Amino acid sequence: MIALADFLILGAVLFCISVAGIFINRKNILILLMCIELMLLSVNINFIAFSHFLGDIGGQVFVFFILTVAAAEAAIGLAILVVLFRNKRSINVTDISSMKG
Amino acid sequence: MTSLVFYIFATILIFAAIRVVTVKNPVHASLFLVLAFFTSAGIWLLLEAEFLAITLVLVYVGAVMVLFLFVIMMLDIDHKTLREGFGRYFAIGSFVAVVVLLELYMVFKAKGSDLATTTAKAMAEDVPNTVALGKVLYTDYLYPFELAAMLLLVAMVAAITLTMRPRRSNKYQEPSKQVEVKASDRLKVLKMPAEKAE
Repeated sequence: MIALADFLILGAVLFCISVAGIFINRKNILILLMCIELMLLSVNINFIAFSHFLGDIGGQVFVFFILTVAAAEAAIGLAILVVLFRNKRSINVTDISSMKG
Repeated sequence: MTSLVFYIFATILIFAAIRVVTVKNPVHASLFLVLAFFTSAGIWLLLEAEFLAITLVLVYVGAVMVLFLFVIMMLDIDHKTLREGFGRYFAIGSFVAVVVLLELYMVFKAKGSDLATTTAKAMAEDVPNTVALGKVLYTDYLYPFELAAMLLLVAMVAAITLTMRPRRSNKYQEPSKQVEVKASDRLKVLKMPAEKAE
């Protein structure tokens, strides 16, 4: 039988891979957005595992809301990316330094 | 049998996630992300969250990843320059990831923790997952649900206003200007001296 810890470790491994992905692909905004999607996926796996093992459906409701927010975030993020590419002809993070922040 | 399925799916999921962050071509990365979403939908089915598993496939694979692919293929990106410094960042990235993973592992496997021994508590047996989810979603979580709907609307409006630009080449009429126009704007009466015949 699969224990709760197994699902949590799977979520943790997935989260760590996406953290490493954010470091590795720090110039490419497209891959950064994909890494954020992976992070949200790992959090969702944790929520659903807890919901299953504690017999509480509230966790699944939260996953529902996270899916909603993630879809909105992906849509707006990609829209900003398209506008950025139109203005700068590049999506390299190092080129986006005109604010000198 | 269930644990075998779980381990196979977990292996595929981790492999796909690693490929997402290391592959050169963003199109391949997004296709591996599709694979990751599919396998995690399978894992959610093991956890008896059928509605969310199907939602994940429909919303993510069907909508979000298609949007990603559209954007990747629409933009003309030089992928070579975006991968500069891969080796240097790979070292520090994997170091941070391993540290985070070790910390989380220590928490999960701590002595006195009952995470490894907890057995699944049965939810209400007689209702399917979708019905149970719908019951709480439209009663206890009604206001958050409506808020989520508003959020999606705002996101849609924002995405459209961000990317829409007026087409300069379009020829169209403005009726208000046409109505308000006066004869003096269009017609100019010139006075010319009449030419005399010799």
